[in-house]
Amino acid sequence: MNLKLKVWRQKNAKSDGKLVDIEARNIPEGASFLEMLDIVNEDLQDKGGEPIAFDHDCREGICGSCSLSINGVPHGPSETTTCQLYMRKFKDGETIYVEPFRAKSFPIVRDLIVDRSAFDRIQQAGGFITARTGSAQDGNAILVSKVNADRAMEAAACIGCGACAAACPNASAMLFVGAKISHLALLPQGQAERTSRALKMVRTMDDEGFGNCSNYYECEAVCPAEIPVSVIARLNREFAAASAKDSVS
Amino acid sequence: MSVPPSALQATTPVTTGNVLDARIPGGPIEDKWEEHKFASKLINPANRRKYEIIVVGSGLAGASAAASLGEMGYKVKCFCYQDSPRRAHSIAAQGGINGAKNYQNDGDSVYRLFYDTIKGGDFRSREANVYRLAQVSVSIIDQCVAQGVPFAREYGGLLANRSFGGAQVSRTFYARGQTGQQLLLGAYSALCRQIAEKSVEMFPRTEMLDLVLVDGHAKGIVVRDMVTGEVKSYAADAVIMATGGYGNVFYLSTNAKGCNVTAAWRAHKQGALFANPCYTQIHPTCIPVSGDYQSKLTLMSESLRNDGRVWVSKKKADNRPPAQIPEEDRDYYLERKYPSFGNLAPRDISSRSAKEACDDGRGVGPGGLGVYLDFADSIKRLGEPVVRERYGNLFDIYQQITNENAYQQPMRIYPAVHYTMGGLWVDYNLMSNIPGLFVLGEANFSDHGANRLGASALMQGLADGYFVIPYTIGNYLAPEIGKRPTTDRPEFKQTEAAVKERTKQLLGIKGRRSVDYFHRELGRIVWDYCGMSRSEKSLQRALSQIPPLREEFWKNVNVPGEGESLNAALEKAGRVADFLEFGELMCLDALDRRESCGGHFREEYQYPDGEAKRDDLSFQHVAAWEFAGEGQKSIRHIEPLIFEEAHPSVRSYK
Repeated sequence: MNLKLKVWRQKNAKSDGKLVDIEARNIPEGASFLEMLDIVNEDLQDKGGEPIAFDHDCREGICGSCSLSINGVPHGPSETTTCQLYMRKFKDGETIYVEPFRAKSFPIVRDLIVDRSAFDRIQQAGGFITARTGSAQDGNAILVSKVNADRAMEAAACIGCGACAAACPNASAMLFVGAKISHLALLPQGQAERTSRALKMVRTMDDEGFGNCSNYYECEAVCPAEIPVSVIARLNREFAAASAKDSVS
Repeated sequence: MSVPPSALQATTPVTTGNVLDARIPGGPIEDKWEEHKFASKLINPANRRKYEIIVVGSGLAGASAAASLGEMGYKVKCFCYQDSPRRAHSIAAQGGINGAKNYQNDGDSVYRLFYDTIKGGDFRSREANVYRLAQVSVSIIDQCVAQGVPFAREYGGLLANRSFGGAQVSRTFYARGQTGQQLLLGAYSALCRQIAEKSVEMFPRTEMLDLVLVDGHAKGIVVRDMVTGEVKSYAADAVIMATGGYGNVFYLSTNAKGCNVTAAWRAHKQGALFANPCYTQIHPTCIPVSGDYQSKLTLMSESLRNDGRVWVSKKKADNRPPAQIPEEDRDYYLERKYPSFGNLAPRDISSRSAKEACDDGRGVGPGGLGVYLDFADSIKRLGEPVVRERYGNLFDIYQQITNENAYQQPMRIYPAVHYTMGGLWVDYNLMSNIPGLFVLGEANFSDHGANRLGASALMQGLADGYFVIPYTIGNYLAPEIGKRPTTDRPEFKQTEAAVKERTKQLLGIKGRRSVDYFHRELGRIVWDYCGMSRSEKSLQRALSQIPPLREEFWKNVNVPGEGESLNAALEKAGRVADFLEFGELMCLDALDRRESCGGHFREEYQYPDGEAKRDDLSFQHVAAWEFAGEGQKSIRHIEPLIFEEAHPSVRSYK
């Protein structure tokens, strides 16, 4: 199949970017979207051009590196990530817009690559359970009901790609933050730091410039890991309870 | 075409350098680690902050090491090529992690995990290391639970287990089909805590391009900032490399696209010995190749073999759809050939059996390179919801890629390169032959012998990082106090200059072929001639084809762009250049190991029934190669393997 791509090209963080027309020729239907870009890049290089820069690594939907918005939608029509999107989902001759994830807190590095280190800083603020190496008791000494273990796992499945913030009109990161807070709040091991975690992660999220949730649920719709918006409700509850405790202590 | 000198020299008999000393502590195997820990040198807490340690890589081994050393009070700098340490390729491991907890009361023990690992590795691993691995496996599970890793649970709240290839007990802990992700995020969260505490400084999007030696000791690295292109040095008291395996030498593998051998190869060229590079693992359950454009292969967790049955038609070139092939025409070849292990036979055996079936003309799917993995019986027995709960995400991945529904028709699978057991040689302390250079996780060679058992990679990565290096690094560091050089030393400046020169060279060639072209060609050579089975003839062919390809690379590769900015083609070019050198060593090692063992199957050495034939008399040793200079044949040193506990026997899974 042949496609007309409109690709965001931008030399670096400081320069201006623009959409550039690029033809994608002889693309097999079974190729993934990133393999289509590989073919386009080989073609560009053969003609003396510079390849389109994009983040990718595992190409099996788990590392969270892909950061493409396709026709305005983070990860495009994929059920999961961009790397798991196959060209059979497109029609021959179709025009496709390829842009980086857009959010103020994800500055563009080059072309389709963005800087998502804000997510790392939120995690550093409190997205952990303090368990010094070697200090743990026997694993089966901590009982976790299957229901809670499954719920925690559902939230922990977040791959940290940032599609949630890119899809949100407010560029809110609350699905990402809610997922981590829910995962740890649901487990007995996470109780000791529950209050401080909620406060620190939410404050860092605000400091990084992410917006608030106003219930568009675009995040849930694009999330490759199927994180449910109920984690945002849990985040709000955790934050409210933590703020109340914080104000009296 | 003139045959390059290195290929000619490969036909000479096995050269033997020195006999290596792995510094294995004395005493009974079950006491070695405890006694070694007691005998190891300690660094007092106030002095630890005077030491700086570089950790390269942020996968299970790197992140757990960086976090643990940071907690202890050392000053750590951690480097990774990804945009975040959370994306290291450990994240893609699906199935699980072994731990000798015996929670299922089914006869497991530290000794049994040790024995299974030695046997699974076809008696080509070091007993003392493997025993230690089995011992600390128990603590790993505890550690991960404490961090909040959401392992699967039973209804009563206890941890759930499943069984895995090469074992007859249920000792594998898992988190859906995303165990690697959850363990890595656990280690990443511990790392995050240390970054916030400022005991660890993190350098993402930074690639190690060389190791710096000062007076023969590893005292720093040269890196390239992948965003600005700046080449820079960092000095430390010790360097830990946890840089993963070299599976991408095959171009197509289940590794992430960025996985590479560069850090290990650069260290090798600085003097670190490379051990057993020919031990590569081909994973039996991957989605078959569908076309030339394919950029990687996707693994389907081996855990699928718990409930899936592997079969092909008994007839050659049977084009009937699977549903129309009646039971009596199906060959469940693993169950037939290995009745006691059946579909759970170890990876190398399962992979080779699939190849045999396809070579016999009984393969399925496009090109006949595939076999069926059928869940119909399990769905009948357990019901679809149970199968969905166990493997739902894997079935989803399969459907996205192939457009086929594995609940309704059997999956098609084929073996693919997945893991590499070889790596930099390390002693019992996980230190390479270069003082101060430690190697952890898949990047070292130590624990899996010639074949790794399922759910053991995660175990080894975390064992090395959480529970081994924090104790053993003190032995090196204690007498080194105050010896950290500055990056003003000429050794740093020279290495930096060499790195910059190489970058300039790559950018200056401006040839006509892309980097990927060379990578694909190299991959084709090593897959065809040094893949699932090897022979003297095929390896000689590989050794005559790799040097000319490398020569052409340096004359005709096209690396567009510049060095002073983000340039993915340049990154790739440097990695492929190293693979082009490394691939030759891998084939040379495969040629000189004139026996079959584990993942290394030499066609000349097999029993009449096709089983691998080891030669314990000649090859019960580790081959550790020394770089002898450009164009010189590498020197083959050996470390003899002594089995005091697990006596080498013909590995039988029948």
